[in-house]
Amino acid sequence: MTHLELTHIHKAFGTSVAVEDFNLTVKQGEFVSFLGPSGCGKTTTLRMIAGFELPTSGNVTLNGNDLTYIPPNKRNVGMVFQSYALFPNMTVAQNVGYGLKIAGKSKSEIEERVREMLSLIQMDKFYSRYPYQLSGGQQQRVALSRALAIHPELLLLDEPLSALDAKIRVSLRTEIRAIQQKLGITTIYVTHDQEEALSLSDRIVVMSQGRMEQVGTPFEIYNFPQTQFVANFVGSLNTVKAEVSDPVKGLLHVDGVQFITATDIKSRKKGDAIRISVRPERFSFAELQKKDNVLECTIENITFLGSVVRIQVKIGNSKFNMDTFNNPFLELPKIGSKEQVTCSKEAVLVLDE
Amino acid sequence: MSRKQTSLFAIFWGVLALLYFFLPIYGTLDFSLRMERGTIGLKAYNIIFSDPRFWEGFRYSITMAIITIAVSATIFVPTIYWMYLKVPQARPIMEIITILPFVIPGIVLVFGLIRTFSRPPLQLTTSTFKTDILMIAGYVIISMPYMFRAVDVGMRSIDVRTLTEAAQSLGSNWFHVLIDVIIPNLRLAILGGSLICFATVMGELILADFLVRPALGPYMVRLGLTKAYEPAALAIISYSLTWFSLGLLQFFSSRSERQKKQVINE
Repeated sequence: MTHLELTHIHKAFGTSVAVEDFNLTVKQGEFVSFLGPSGCGKTTTLRMIAGFELPTSGNVTLNGNDLTYIPPNKRNVGMVFQSYALFPNMTVAQNVGYGLKIAGKSKSEIEERVREMLSLIQMDKFYSRYPYQLSGGQQQRVALSRALAIHPELLLLDEPLSALDAKIRVSLRTEIRAIQQKLGITTIYVTHDQEEALSLSDRIVVMSQGRMEQVGTPFEIYNFPQTQFVANFVGSLNTVKAEVSDPVKGLLHVDGVQFITATDIKSRKKGDAIRISVRPERFSFAELQKKDNVLECTIENITFLGSVVRIQVKIGNSKFNMDTFNNPFLELPKIGSKEQVTCSKEAVLVLDE
Repeated sequence: MSRKQTSLFAIFWGVLALLYFFLPIYGTLDFSLRMERGTIGLKAYNIIFSDPRFWEGFRYSITMAIITIAVSATIFVPTIYWMYLKVPQARPIMEIITILPFVIPGIVLVFGLIRTFSRPPLQLTTSTFKTDILMIAGYVIISMPYMFRAVDVGMRSIDVRTLTEAAQSLGSNWFHVLIDVIIPNLRLAILGGSLICFATVMGELILADFLVRPALGPYMVRLGLTKAYEPAALAIISYSLTWFSLGLLQFFSSRSERQKKQVINE
């Protein structure tokens, strides 16, 4: 069932277009992330859902009610900000209970809900502390419980983990997802961190320059990027120019080296210039198992990245990265040696320019 | 120049500056205590404290100062808040407007006020009550640079926009955002502005003198025309009031910092 609907949302600041023809439907309980680089319009879209910005045209509908011109304080939408935005003059309990106080709830009701929320984020013992007495991660958990305390119909999170260090970011994002699933609350999450979006979301909206590039599950976004931008932005990628040699069989040439792709290129003509992409982890050495593409290469460089070893290989005149999992018994080839690498035809993606 | 020489140079100028500021005050204090020949005493102070005109002026000035603070805070806090949220680009204009009381001589300002408001359509010099309204309006203008700057600095120290949006997302309207979130976080800034406002109004002379109101400033001047030791004592009392205000400000701001540090160290 559609819970949130954004229809033909367009937002311009003067002559600069921030969001262009944005259409999205979100189901009840779904976790959707807006992913994109700075200035792509993801936060502006979120702010239009929250009511802090008015769309130049288009509509925001929640539960069938048009919210487009409803002020933010009447929307019943909870929001978590990047900078936590806890009220410095209030204790943790007062922060969490503030929305309920404004809604005119009784003291006992507020007290009960505050305790429930603090227990949800395991911060019961911080009840009487002030925000400046908490760490960044704790502050953001309080901000989350404050947003949830008012029983919002929709939860908006604007880069909530950006200001935190790496370890806390990972633990808190797991916590956010667990709480969201427990409460079944529809959530929109804005981030520029692909790992966050991939690990948290039911669906991801990848945005660039105010436009939606692709909407899909994390699996679809990562494995089947539809545009050059998505392919480059999500995960690391080898992208090279190629020439169609047999559109029916899906054969391509990269610097004279033949590749085969599973992507339908029947609409292209022989000799057409295209771009192909292969994710580094889709390559492997051909000595163990040969796949559709078996390619002669020279080892150019080897970089140890912890759990992964990145090997740069030269196929024809083009350089490709190949990732292989690290293990203590891994035998790596020598730099400059000739090897064979392989990848399936499904791994060779043909992208829209 | 070596580091030691630099520090000696700094100490020399520091001492010179202190002498420049404190010698006249010391001189005034010493003079105010020598009313009786050959002894040091508080006779001048006793005379002032037993003069009903002093207490009348003191009461009047304190009342004016409190009303001025209330009016200033009521005008400036919402205005600056609104400016920060809606028209941040208007800040340079506001800065120029609020600095005008420093640029326009007090006497010009007072003549302007009297000429404008002593004739219809808005005649404010026909009764003492109306004249007091004019006085407060004048004091609000004179103290505007202090109040504006204090509140402005306070606003800059908090993330006004995000706090407002956070409160709005929790259902709060503008009034509640201001009362529950913004003002409590500006407490120290408003207190600072208020104390400087208080000190300014307590020592103000021209407006009260030209509008013939019984404030402390004109009392000091009149006393100075006929007496020698009492005006010196009054000047010391006036300094003390100002320093007391600044001391209070320092106390509250350092206490707030101490509390934060104490909690963080725990």
